[in-house]
Amino acid sequence: MKKLFAPLLIVTAVLFAAALMLIARVPPESTMGLVQKIFYFHVPAWIGMYAGIAVCAVASIIYLVTGRPAADRLAASGAELTVLFGLVGLVTGPLWARKAWGVWWQWDARLTIALLLWLIFVAYLVVRKYGGPGAEKLAAAVALFGTAVSPFVYMSVNIWRTVHPLTSVMPQLPKSAPEMVPPMAATSLAFLLLFCVLLIARIELGRRQAAVDELYLAHEEGAA
Amino acid sequence: MTDDFESVRLTDVSRHFGRRRALSRLSLTIGAGDILGLLGPNGAGKSTLLGVLATLVRPNTGEVTFGDRPARRWGAPLRQRIGLLAHELHLYAELTARQNLTFFSELYGLKPADTVHAALERAGLSDRADDEVAGFSRGMRQRLALERALLHRPRLVLLDEPFTGLDDRSVGAVADRVRQLASTGAIVVLATHDLDLADGLVTRVALMRDGRMLLDEAASAGLRARYRAVVGN
Amino acid sequence: MFFRVALLVLRKDFAIEAKSREILTTTLLFAVSCVLVFAFALVKEGEAPPDAAPAILWIAIMFSGTLALGRTFERERYGETLRALLLAPAPRPALYVGKLLGIVLLLGVAELVLVPLVAFFFGAPFFVQPVLMALLLVAGTVGFAAVGTLFAAMLMRVRTRDVLLPILLYPITVPVIIAGVRGTAALLASPPDEVTATMWLAIVVAFDVVFVTLSLWTFEVLMTE
Repeated sequence: MKKLFAPLLIVTAVLFAAALMLIARVPPESTMGLVQKIFYFHVPAWIGMYAGIAVCAVASIIYLVTGRPAADRLAASGAELTVLFGLVGLVTGPLWARKAWGVWWQWDARLTIALLLWLIFVAYLVVRKYGGPGAEKLAAAVALFGTAVSPFVYMSVNIWRTVHPLTSVMPQLPKSAPEMVPPMAATSLAFLLLFCVLLIARIELGRRQAAVDELYLAHEEGAA
Repeated sequence: MTDDFESVRLTDVSRHFGRRRALSRLSLTIGAGDILGLLGPNGAGKSTLLGVLATLVRPNTGEVTFGDRPARRWGAPLRQRIGLLAHELHLYAELTARQNLTFFSELYGLKPADTVHAALERAGLSDRADDEVAGFSRGMRQRLALERALLHRPRLVLLDEPFTGLDDRSVGAVADRVRQLASTGAIVVLATHDLDLADGLVTRVALMRDGRMLLDEAASAGLRARYRAVVGN
Repeated sequence: MFFRVALLVLRKDFAIEAKSREILTTTLLFAVSCVLVFAFALVKEGEAPPDAAPAILWIAIMFSGTLALGRTFERERYGETLRALLLAPAPRPALYVGKLLGIVLLLGVAELVLVPLVAFFFGAPFFVQPVLMALLLVAGTVGFAAVGTLFAAMLMRVRTRDVLLPILLYPITVPVIIAGVRGTAALLASPPDEVTATMWLAIVVAFDVVFVTLSLWTFEVLMTE
């Protein structure tokens, strides 16, 4: 895993540069102007957030069942990336919405669902930080319950919001605006690779922290 | 596979909480009839060790064996044979002495009619049976908690500072109770930092400090001097 | 054995509560003051906004439920009695069920007072469809309590448990709130929209099944060190 880090980092950087060039070359959209280009970062941010949720959920289940510390470290890394990428999405969304629809926030179903899931994983990190010793298991339970509730959140928020039906822009993109596909694909791939790069770095950081803790424990043992 | 055991063995048991090592490679064997005095200064790991023996705390490494098989292969019947008197006493302050004993009797699958009255008498609380525990003195609660822990006649009896708050007469009664338990085949582990009380009561002595076992031998005279020599002032 | 233990725990909690009725009384009073606060915040010219009544009802239930959860487990913290319960040969999930039933009953009593109260202050016809209304309340309370009991139990030894419980509980019980409020609002429409209300009820019941099961599975793992 560690050996992949440097090459991945380079590929990611190149991809971001390429994506930026592609974005610059697409003509600005008629009504929204430059702000529309936030779109190319908004959607991939969600991809990153949901990837983080998947990692955290699976790792948490493994941790609850087996108790392996490596699973716990993976879950923590996944949660941090979930919150990070989710934050990007939650900031870019209203910026785009303000220009497109005139309001910062209108309880759009997808944004609301994303906000709720984001809050659940913020709670995961809060429990880890302030939960005292043994908080890792409690946090894993939060991740598990948060993942289990997502279909219910999806269902109830969508029904709750069907008063204002929304169309899904993404699947129609290749037909409606084919020139947007290359930069969108580029940023999506770039964000996904960035996710992997950050995950590898974070896991390595967790592993080293665990190694330091081991040293502390061994030192205490040898000292007396 | 029987539902009882005659000995308990810890092999290389370690337990840490974050960066703090509570137990460090502890090995210990105790058998029926033993009264093990677990001695050591505060923070030595005595309560953690009792937690491990009670199967409430799982060691990070090492194994705990009850009789012929390790703890994790036992399941719920193991807990039927373990009794713990913890520092926190495990009593419901809002309930009466009788209600506390009745609840725990039923929880352990016993008939209260058989057990509660005798337990109240042994605790010397028959006349206060229907008073709320909240109004009891520390000594009274201690006596009640001890009987609560012994309701189901456990094989392994774990006592964390059982003499706290007791007057001399009660101390004598508890000491007699402990001797009687051991003579009927119970395995008694008694954690205390009152060396004078332990002296003359325990049959084996285990000295702990910083999670480590410094000494594990049959009891002999001059416990205090021995303790000081090993543990230091 | 399982249900015997669960009922034993329930009876014990009931016996404790029956003596002072402390949690019940204070929870009820809190719920009432909650309703009043909302009333003063929302009522304008003697009229509340439409659909305010269902919202106020469910919010009051959730807020008082959160407090009741904390205080119920505070009782087990005092003598570390939860440890004694875990030490007993009883199946651990049975302890969870016993506690869950206690909370549901407590909230049920609170709702017996809250529903008429909100109906009274906001002129909301809660009793037009009593069966569906009752089912919705029961299902919603069970769903909220199922997750709440597990989280309150696992947070019992955590220093910041009082503030962590809402932070963990509210996002996860959002579907219950949405379904409860929307379902109740559907029942208050004229004519009452039974189809919509039944749909929301089905969602809450599914939530209950999933989360009671999940809690039963994870209780033992989360409560042991």
